[in-house]
Amino acid sequence: MLGLGADLLWADMNRLLAFLFHQGVLDEQFLQLQQLQDETSPNFVSEVVNIYFHESEKLLRNLRGLLMEREFSDYKKMGIHLNQLMGSSSSIGAKRVTNVCLAFRAATDHSNRSGCLRALEMLEHEYCYLKNKLHELFQIEQQRALAAGVRYPVQNN
Amino acid sequence: MIHQWMLNKVGVKNQAAENGKEAVQIHCSGQGFDLILMDKEMPLMNGIEATKELRSMGICSKIVGVSSHSEEKQIQEFMEAGLDDYLVKPLNMAKLRSILDNIM
Repeated sequence: MLGLGADLLWADMNRLLAFLFHQGVLDEQFLQLQQLQDETSPNFVSEVVNIYFHESEKLLRNLRGLLMEREFSDYKKMGIHLNQLMGSSSSIGAKRVTNVCLAFRAATDHSNRSGCLRALEMLEHEYCYLKNKLHELFQIEQQRALAAGVRYPVQNN
Repeated sequence: MIHQWMLNKVGVKNQAAENGKEAVQIHCSGQGFDLILMDKEMPLMNGIEATKELRSMGICSKIVGVSSHSEEKQIQEFMEAGLDDYLVKPLNMAKLRSILDNIM
């Protein structure tokens, strides 16, 4: 029975990851992140992703702030925020978020405000979904690590 | 952070700058590097401005631009600032190794 909980949780993690890859939420770049994680940096992926969440939320607030301005016209500034978000999203393998950023960028290139608003709503939705799913993944990973750390005393009869 | 970890993984000593201005300041302090990975989108001073500044300072290190842009016009603008090469994000180990192999 030793480690059964950890094995089940490992299976849950892999199922969730497979789902996220299949849905196009994540791509192979996420695997690159995982390959950088080792015994010397056991929480590397969650640390990088949490930094990504922190920075992305700032950028999303900036984007919304710009678009809500009554006399908004600074598409160049919007493009700068978008490029940062797109770059960091692609670097962690957030495929759907990156793709929405691409569509958003096209709307800014055409100075299309209503297109930008639609893209922003889609972006916020995709980002929320990604964040929830990755939190779920990290939670399972944490539980698995705890379960794997449980040791039952050996009984000598 | 990800690029730093990738470089650490292949045993390359490296230093990160938060923005283009800091990258220039690091060079002004006399430090030299074999390779500069230059992000295009940076606050305070972007990659194009920083590359131009470094070249005008006489910095001959290999500078490789990194950006999410893949359109030819955008790449050309960045290359003309003084890059030796350009990589589209995301950077992965294979792309990084190809750049490092060219230096060694």
